[in-house]
Amino acid sequence: MSDHHHHELTFSEKFLFPTDHKYIGLQYLWTSLFMGAVGGFMAYVFRMQLAWPGESVPLFGVVTPQNYNALLTNHATIMIFWVAMPMLIAAFGNILIPLMIGCDDMVFPRLNRLSYQIFFVSTVVLFLSFLVPGGGFGGSWTSYPPLSARAEYSLTPWGSSLWVLAVALEIVAFLVGGINFMTTTMNSRAPGMKMMDIPMVIWMINLAVVLFMFSVGPLVAGAIMLLLDQQLGTSFYIPSGGGDPVLFQHLFWFFGHPEVYVLLLPTFGFMAEVITTLARKKLFAYKTILFSAFMTGILSMIVWAHHQFIAGIDPRMANIFSITTILISIPLAIIYLAYIWTFYGGSIKYELPMMWASAFLVIFLVGGLTGLFLGSSALDIYFHDNTFVVAHFHYTLMPITFFGGFTAITYWYPKIFGRKMLHGLGVIHFWGTVIPFNGIFIPLFMLGLAGQHRKIYDYTHFPDLMQPGFQQLREFATISLVVLALFQLLFVYSMVMSMKTGEVAGNDPWGGTTLEWQCPSPPPHGNFATLPTVYRGPYEYSVPGSDKDVLPQNMPSKA
Amino acid sequence: MGHDVAHTSGYYVKIWAILMVLFFISVAGPTLGILIVTLITAFGVAAIKATMVMAYFMHLNVEKKYIWGLLASALIFILGLFIGVAPDVMKSHGVQWTKCNSFDERNLARFQHEGIHALDIGLNRTGRICTPQRF
Amino acid sequence: MGFSKPVATDRSATGIPTGRLAMWILLSSEIVIFGGLLVCYLLYRFHNTEWGHEAAHTNVWAGGFNTFVLLTSSLFIVLAHHAAETDKDNEKAFKWMWATIGCALIFLCVKAFEYTTEIHHGYTAQANPFWAFYYTATAIHAGHVVAGGLAIAICSFDVRKGEHLNRVELTGIYWHFVDLVWIFLFPLLYIAK
Repeated sequence: MSDHHHHELTFSEKFLFPTDHKYIGLQYLWTSLFMGAVGGFMAYVFRMQLAWPGESVPLFGVVTPQNYNALLTNHATIMIFWVAMPMLIAAFGNILIPLMIGCDDMVFPRLNRLSYQIFFVSTVVLFLSFLVPGGGFGGSWTSYPPLSARAEYSLTPWGSSLWVLAVALEIVAFLVGGINFMTTTMNSRAPGMKMMDIPMVIWMINLAVVLFMFSVGPLVAGAIMLLLDQQLGTSFYIPSGGGDPVLFQHLFWFFGHPEVYVLLLPTFGFMAEVITTLARKKLFAYKTILFSAFMTGILSMIVWAHHQFIAGIDPRMANIFSITTILISIPLAIIYLAYIWTFYGGSIKYELPMMWASAFLVIFLVGGLTGLFLGSSALDIYFHDNTFVVAHFHYTLMPITFFGGFTAITYWYPKIFGRKMLHGLGVIHFWGTVIPFNGIFIPLFMLGLAGQHRKIYDYTHFPDLMQPGFQQLREFATISLVVLALFQLLFVYSMVMSMKTGEVAGNDPWGGTTLEWQCPSPPPHGNFATLPTVYRGPYEYSVPGSDKDVLPQNMPSKA
Repeated sequence: MGHDVAHTSGYYVKIWAILMVLFFISVAGPTLGILIVTLITAFGVAAIKATMVMAYFMHLNVEKKYIWGLLASALIFILGLFIGVAPDVMKSHGVQWTKCNSFDERNLARFQHEGIHALDIGLNRTGRICTPQRF
Repeated sequence: MGFSKPVATDRSATGIPTGRLAMWILLSSEIVIFGGLLVCYLLYRFHNTEWGHEAAHTNVWAGGFNTFVLLTSSLFIVLAHHAAETDKDNEKAFKWMWATIGCALIFLCVKAFEYTTEIHHGYTAQANPFWAFYYTATAIHAGHVVAGGLAIAICSFDVRKGEHLNRVELTGIYWHFVDLVWIFLFPLLYIAK
């Protein structure tokens, strides 16, 4: 083995300019949690405006229409690009990949550091967009031209371009980071770890990264064209200058749809790890799950125009996209069923990660099923731009980000910090999140069915939407949001206090088989005192005929 | 690693010379002005040149085969983008609408002649205008 | 303090060295970016046949000369790779790398001349979307020429000292890609009238 120092890292090497994948992962995690609070605050403000229009919102003030647009836009942008992506992919990808494939770091640690630095700059640029004259961009996270392309329509001459620049930088950061992930996973696996011995979460994160890479290219081109329209007066998307706004829609959604699967796949990965370990059961149909994940990725690249059914696209294309959209539910259902079947015959441990994983499986189902309604182009004529859509995507994205994120955090917290998270507090936080979440979005389903459009500043102007009970539903949703937000304080408290008072974890608090549980908690710089060799697959739990409950991947077989 | 160890630098110069010949063909062909010749010489030759640069200069001919697959998948998705978007962006009119594009001489002449402002003629945000029967 | 290369960097479960594997992944992401831009161009171009009038004003001689320059620069960088890997002649590799950079500079000068002439004649990016695409595509390409040239320049000094010789191949792969993009840009922007 080549010369390799295990020197103790300095403060700068841990927290300021780390090259160690674990510390870079933590930088992404803290940033994403902070941005989650920012995005959540924005949602609080605009929901308060919707529930009590015109009234001053505590901690913000009166919400003007322009404020409302900017809050809505940036809430979505932040949650997707600055919370979900960094938490699910960058943080856990960085922390887990080298540990779970049995090596000492990513292949390009300094490039890894650079990717976080670019991401950090993108965050700063986004915040700058709120502070410039005109304020933050308010043209929705989809930023359709001509509104987004001309300052006379968007009213945010600086904010629009800074917003585009921030998103572009974030994309670059993830492309750079993704190269590290894929190269490391393909090349640096422990000796003996064949492709089918790779833990499912590592497969899923890498598939997500590949999907991201392939789908984001045209949007990068489209964003450059949008920036030029904004700043140089070109007319890529302006009809009077010869351009076509619908082109941008296509470029955006060509990325936008695969993006949701980019977010979903890592959470599916977390499910695989938690269900197997905490039900003491081998993963059912590993290869089928993997193949279905591939099919989901490929299919996700040919469903995008279901976001454009009423934009005036060719109806024949709408037919085709309807069909592909409905088809994609098949591989997803297969993965789902395989996970549920994994529970069968298992011995379930009622720990926090298992609770969050179960919540994900139940709640995400609602989101997935309501997606079928929206995938039908005929029904979508009614539902497009309706809060039914908003409820649908929150029933998918919030389980993915929140519940999936909490699954991963509660499960790997002991590895990262050496202690388990406080269980009692975690249970209270759990119910205080899951129940209010439904309290926010079930009203939105109901209001959506009644015809409530989205992205409206004040519903009191619409007599049809001020029927008896409607405003109360909006108020109920807002109050649920406030309750949800308050319960997250328990999580913040637990994150901090568990480091000091949580149950000491040791190497392997859950009895896992994968390689991250075969090194100290927290792992030192270099991870393993001796780099492991792998002898078997990742889910050898309760193996019949074995006298052991679990066979770790790096334990040599008996001669 | 089984690389180009056997090749001399002269081998690369030969490839370059072939590329030069192809380049000459690709510039000369279009001067004839026949569309099909232009297509084959300009674009067909571009494809051949590209494949040669990839195979011989980038050594993809001795690289693991699946790298071709990786690069080809990228191209296939781009083709998918074209196919999915073309029916919208490349359509200039439908049964009940015409694309308003001031560089479409037909529309431009009509609007200028009739002195109509864009907003008055039902130009919607996607740049498509309903034909007069609608209003 | 001090950065030490991890064991991970030298492992190769695929058989492809990590640097080269990373380059292929980088290139596939670049293909979708440039490909996306060119798809947009093609969509508009097929639809707006009058763009042929605008395209007639691009300078075929300049574009053709630049194609020749880039093809030759690809030859130079692969000769640099050959010198470093087979001949084990670091000085020769260094010279070929700088020959490549020289070609890059010539390319950029010709491009600058083209832009100046075109803007003087009123063919600005705002004049017509054809020109918007022309400037966008060639400027992004030129940015990659600059980036590639810088990378080759920086690596050349290590190579002359006999260090990091694999980077000749890696920067070469990137450079060939820059050449490949131009191989397609040339007929799209200059030939198709």
